[in-house]
Amino acid sequence: MARVVLQQITKTFQNQKVVKGLNLVIPDGSFTVLVGPSGCGKSTTLRMIAGLETATDGEIFIGSQSVNALPPGKRDVAMVFQNYALYPTMNVYDNIAYGLRNRGTSKKDCDVLVKEIAEIVGLADFLKRKPSQLSGGQRQRVALARAMVKKPKVFLMDEPLSNLDAKLRNQMRVELTSLHKQLGSTFIYVTHDQVEAMTMGDQIVVMSDGNIMQVAAPMDLYQEPENLFVAQFIGSPPMNIVPAEGRSDQLWGFRPEKAVLLPASVSPVSAEEMWTAKGQIVSREILGSDTLFHVETEKGRVIVKTETEEIGQYGSNVTVTVAKPHVYIFDRVSGKKVGRLAERGQVSALAGGVN
Amino acid sequence: MKRVGAISLKTVEWAGLLVVALLFVFPFLWMASTAFKDMSEVRQFPPTLLPETWEWGNFVQAWESGPFLMFTVNSIVVAVAILILQFLTAVPAAYAFARYQFPGRNLLFGLVLVALMIPGYIIFLPIYVQLSGWGLVNTLWSLILPYAASAFGIFLLRQAFMQVPDEVIEAARLDNASEWKIMWTIMVPMAKPVLVTFGLFSFIYHWNDYFWPLIMTNSDEVRTLPVGISSLRMSDGGTLWNVMMAGNMILILPILVIFFVAQRHIIKAFVYQSK
Repeated sequence: MARVVLQQITKTFQNQKVVKGLNLVIPDGSFTVLVGPSGCGKSTTLRMIAGLETATDGEIFIGSQSVNALPPGKRDVAMVFQNYALYPTMNVYDNIAYGLRNRGTSKKDCDVLVKEIAEIVGLADFLKRKPSQLSGGQRQRVALARAMVKKPKVFLMDEPLSNLDAKLRNQMRVELTSLHKQLGSTFIYVTHDQVEAMTMGDQIVVMSDGNIMQVAAPMDLYQEPENLFVAQFIGSPPMNIVPAEGRSDQLWGFRPEKAVLLPASVSPVSAEEMWTAKGQIVSREILGSDTLFHVETEKGRVIVKTETEEIGQYGSNVTVTVAKPHVYIFDRVSGKKVGRLAERGQVSALAGGVN
Repeated sequence: MKRVGAISLKTVEWAGLLVVALLFVFPFLWMASTAFKDMSEVRQFPPTLLPETWEWGNFVQAWESGPFLMFTVNSIVVAVAILILQFLTAVPAAYAFARYQFPGRNLLFGLVLVALMIPGYIIFLPIYVQLSGWGLVNTLWSLILPYAASAFGIFLLRQAFMQVPDEVIEAARLDNASEWKIMWTIMVPMAKPVLVTFGLFSFIYHWNDYFWPLIMTNSDEVRTLPVGISSLRMSDGGTLWNVMMAGNMILILPILVIFFVAQRHIIKAFVYQSK
C-alpha cells in the first residue's frame, strides 16, 4: 500500500506533448479513476506510473520512493491490460505464478499463493486450462489474479472492462469495487467511460489534452464542475450550454435532469426564480425509466430529461424551466466556472427542489 | 445438368492433382523398388515396376561397403550442431530486430536480407580459404561453422516475434522478467510452430547437403552420409544401382520419420496466421 505522487510529469512523443506537467496526489488506498476522451494522455500517465514509458520530465513517487529510474518489475505495481495480455502458451496456473517465480518465491509458497488467489477469483477448477480455452470473463479473472497474487502496493488498470459485454461489465464493476475494499490497496484505473468512473472511483481525475481538468469525488464532480469541459464530460446526457442573458462574456449551463418541461399554455410559477425558454420538441428518446426530450428553443437547442414521457409529443410547443440555483455560470473564454445564478437553498419546492 | 458439370470439374481437378502427385512420388517409388531388386532385374528391359524377388541383402551390402556407421554419426553431429547453433544465434538476433530500436537497425537487417540472397556457391571459395587458414578444413568444424547463423532463420523468427502483442511483453516486464527470460519463456514458446518448421528445413537441408561436405572433407573420418553414399557409385564392375538406391533409402529414412512425427507442426506453422 502506498500513495502515488506525480510532480510536473511531462511526456513528449516526437515533439508532441501528450502529457503536460501533471501534478497529482493519489492517496494511499484510494480508488482513483483517470477519465477523459481518447488521446487525452490518461493511458500514457498510467504507463509512466507502471514504468512502461519513461517520463520526459518530472518525478514519480510510489510511497516515499522516487521510481523514475526503476524498471517496471521493481516498482511493486501490477497492471491489468485491456486485452488481458495473458501468456498464451502457459496454463492459468503458470500465468499466475510467473511473476512470483521471477521474484524467487519458493515452489511451495508459490503453490499456496496461486491456489489461494484462484479460489478468490473463482478459477480453482481452471488452473490447467490454457487462456484460449477460457471465456472473456474468465480471462479477465486470470489477469486480475495475476496482478493480485503479487500483493502489489499499487494496482494499475487500463480499461480492463472494455472488452467484456455489457452484463459482464456491470458485474465486474461491482466485483472490482468490492475487491478494492477487501484489499485496501491503491487502485489507479483508466477509462474513457464516465459511468465507470462515477460508479467505481472515490477520486476522479478528469483529463483533457494532456492536462488535468479537475480532481474530485464523483458527486462533487457532478455538482460542482470547475469548468465547461468537466460539466460537459461528466453526466449523461451532457450539461446544456446556453448563452448568458445580458452578458456576452459568459455562458450558462444546466443539467438535463434539472430542467422541467411545461406545456406552452401553462405559465411557470415564480418566473423570477427561473430560467425559462419557449420552444418546440424536435425529438424524443425513451430510455425506459427516463425520457430525453430534445427541444429547439429561442435560446438554443437543449435536452431535458424527465421521468415521464407524457408531457410532450414530437412537435408540441413547450416551455423549458430551470431553477436558477441549478444554472451554472461559466466564463466564455477560459471555460472556468464563475458560480451559479442563485444561491442553493433559494428555490421553492415548486421548482423541483435542490439537492 | 449443373450437378454433372460440378462433378466433372471435380474429376478434372483430382486428375490434375494425381498427375502432379505421381510426378513427385514416382522417382521416389522407383528408388524404393530398385533398392529391393537384384542386379539382373535392374538391367532387365522392359523394367519391372515391383521387384520379382525382394533382395534385402542390398541394404546389408550398402551398409557394409564403407564406414556407414561413422558417416551416420557425422551426419547427425553436423546437422544437430548446426541446428542448435542456428537457434542460439537466430533467437536473440530476431528478438532484437523485432523488438528494439537501436541505431543501425535497418542497415543491419538489410545485411541479413542480403545474406539471404547470396547463394552459397558464390562464397564457398573465400570461406574455404579462410577455414583452411585456420586449419579447419577436413574437420567437422568446417561443416558446422559456416552455417552457425542463418539469415533465413533470423528473418522467419523476426516475423514471428513481431506478431506477439506488445502488452504480453509489457506484462512480463511488470512480472519482473528480464529480457533474456522474456525471450526464452514468452517469445520462443509463442513462436514454436515457426521454430519447428525452421528446424525441419534446416535439418533436412544439412542432412541432405552434398556439395559442402564434398569440398570441405577428403577423408572418411569426417564425411557425412550423402558423400559416403555417392562413393557407392565407384565400384569396379560398373555402378550397382540397386545397392546405391538401398544406400539412398538409408539416407532418407530418418527424415521420413521426422517428417511424419512433425507433420502436425508443419501444417500448423503455415496456417497459424489465419487462426
